[in-house]
Amino acid sequence: MSKKIVIEPVTRVEGHGKVTIHLDDQGNVAQSRLHIVEFRGFERFVQGRPYWEAPVLVERLCGICPVSHHLAAAKAVDVIAGAGTGDGLTPTAEKIRRLMHYGQMFQSHTLHFFHLASPDLLFGYDAPPEQRNVIGVALANRELATQAVLMRKYGQEVIAATAGKKIHGTGAIPGGVNKSLTIEERDTLLKGRAPLNADKMIAWSQGALAFFKDYYKKNKAFIDGFSQFPSNHLSLVRKDGALDLYHGVLRAVDAAGKKILNDVDYQDYLSHLREEVRSWSYMKFPFLKILGKEKGWYRVGPLARLNTADFIPTPLAQKEFEAFKAVTGGKPNNMCMHTHWARLIEVLHSAEVIRDLLLDSDITGTDLVTKGKWQPVGVGVIEAPRGTLMHHYRVNEDDLITMANLIVSTTHNNEPMNRAVNCVAKAMMTGQKEITEPMMNAVEVAIRAYDPCLSCATHAYGQMPLEVSLYDATGKLISQRRK
Amino acid sequence: MAKKIIATTSLAGCFGCHMSILDIDERILDLIELVEFNKSPIDDIKTFTKECDIGIIEGGCCNDENVHTLLEFRKHCKTLVVIGECAMMGGLPSMRNTIPLKECLDEAYLNGPTVADCNPQKIIPNDPDIPKILNRVYPCHEIVKIDVFLPGCPPRADLIWDALVALVTGAELKLPYTTFKFD
Ligand code: SF4
Repeated sequence: MSKKIVIEPVTRVEGHGKVTIHLDDQGNVAQSRLHIVEFRGFERFVQGRPYWEAPVLVERLCGICPVSHHLAAAKAVDVIAGAGTGDGLTPTAEKIRRLMHYGQMFQSHTLHFFHLASPDLLFGYDAPPEQRNVIGVALANRELATQAVLMRKYGQEVIAATAGKKIHGTGAIPGGVNKSLTIEERDTLLKGRAPLNADKMIAWSQGALAFFKDYYKKNKAFIDGFSQFPSNHLSLVRKDGALDLYHGVLRAVDAAGKKILNDVDYQDYLSHLREEVRSWSYMKFPFLKILGKEKGWYRVGPLARLNTADFIPTPLAQKEFEAFKAVTGGKPNNMCMHTHWARLIEVLHSAEVIRDLLLDSDITGTDLVTKGKWQPVGVGVIEAPRGTLMHHYRVNEDDLITMANLIVSTTHNNEPMNRAVNCVAKAMMTGQKEITEPMMNAVEVAIRAYDPCLSCATHAYGQMPLEVSLYDATGKLISQRRK
Repeated sequence: MAKKIIATTSLAGCFGCHMSILDIDERILDLIELVEFNKSPIDDIKTFTKECDIGIIEGGCCNDENVHTLLEFRKHCKTLVVIGECAMMGGLPSMRNTIPLKECLDEAYLNGPTVADCNPQKIIPNDPDIPKILNRVYPCHEIVKIDVFLPGCPPRADLIWDALVALVTGAELKLPYTTFKFD
């Protein structure tokens, strides 16, 4: 008898994600799918709006990392405003934007690690669900929870100082920024009100890394083996191969480390990428054109970035990077759960970059905007916390948008997340008559490693609910479980 | 005093309003002394294990599941609070309200530059496992009665904090002008 299992990790009506697993007569996994169930229609309704509105409109698609959308759109409209393709901004404008972005990276990664990952690490994956959430962390370890809250707060304050507001700011404008830091703002972030200062953030980031590495030592088999599968990896890298989250060229490597996209200009992304539409998900499936739909999918995000980059341009993070690379002998790391490790290395890197930028005199400069020759098309790409984010706009001679195309980070990870679900479903559910809580947890953990925005936010408030239903071939419900 | 029970959900919102709740920073540690967060963003009657005192809604309704959730929240929460522009008026997603839905779908799945030449079967997502999109985006108050409205995109953390404290303790809500000053 064939069965269909439905798992709704973010709850059906939250309207974001849902998993279905079909078992065949022998109880083997015949098919598994992660459905993304939301649709906004942005590509169409932004048409007719003046292009300079894009950075403040599009960030409202995602309040978890709005700065990434704000800046990707700004980079695209820079091109339209004639401010060059990433190298044309004034030093102050570029550094203010970088500060905003690394502040965002710091707060978003911190949120993910402490609010999402740490409960599992602290209490174990099989702890009671009521405990396994950030409130459980706060009740059990107030010091860790306080640190988490304060690290996120620091990142948010960096954003507020550069973008004017913690969420949905307005700092970036075509060709530059609308403010730089005052000396007072800079000093507050740099030396700060204790314990919020740049050096403290570096120290706490190292603490978080130590926490993870200790956990890894004790749980190596799980961290290495869980939901791991080979894939391609894609991200921006700086021209010299360094990790750069704000600007660079597109690089992709395969599972063995061979370059399959060799440092190309992202203005030309259309020559390299396409997206497949499947009827059962509102989220599209991007792939590398030269490899085709079957083989061309790839991962993005912290793990992918540490796989594509040759080095990290800040000393403390570089040392951690070397230790991370040593685990796989310098080859790409395809172990899903190592994403948490990679993410924490980026937290440390972000803290170092923030401190360095605050010490740079350009950050209080007054030359904010570059103007140049108008162009009808612009592409902006940035490394958002969850991976590569692409914005592409075309405008008419009245400066109104006529075409918009966005490929967001979670979309790039669509196929990998589906693979992860399949991998776990096969390992845990094959031949099972009953669905147990550990099985549901496992699926949840696999998806969560990719940090899709919505599960992350859901976790900010408590345990992500799961519902699993077993249906027979005629669609009759034969077993259901919830937690 | 028994802890008040709070449930929250994001409908057609961007989660920015939820992030603004987190921006109350250290006060979140005080908040959990005062209230019990219902352990999940609740989806239907089976998961409403308890009746809640306060339901917080972010986002308007853009698909049938959003409507379903909102109705369930109304049924199980004594006080329903909408936070943010999207829940109050539809917000950014409601920019599609002047455009036929089909045009939005066509643009995303048939005409966009990364799909136009590689979707020969002209597939537009449509499956029993994904919700149906409504003809337009509806603000929450057009569907159910709403008790409290907190404006902003997102509402400032201080406004959310003051409102929560007032709702939990029964004190009168202070509304200084600064918490309503927008971008
Ligand atoms: S009101 Fe603003 S912050 Fe809140 S969900 Fe809507 S767009 Fe996001």
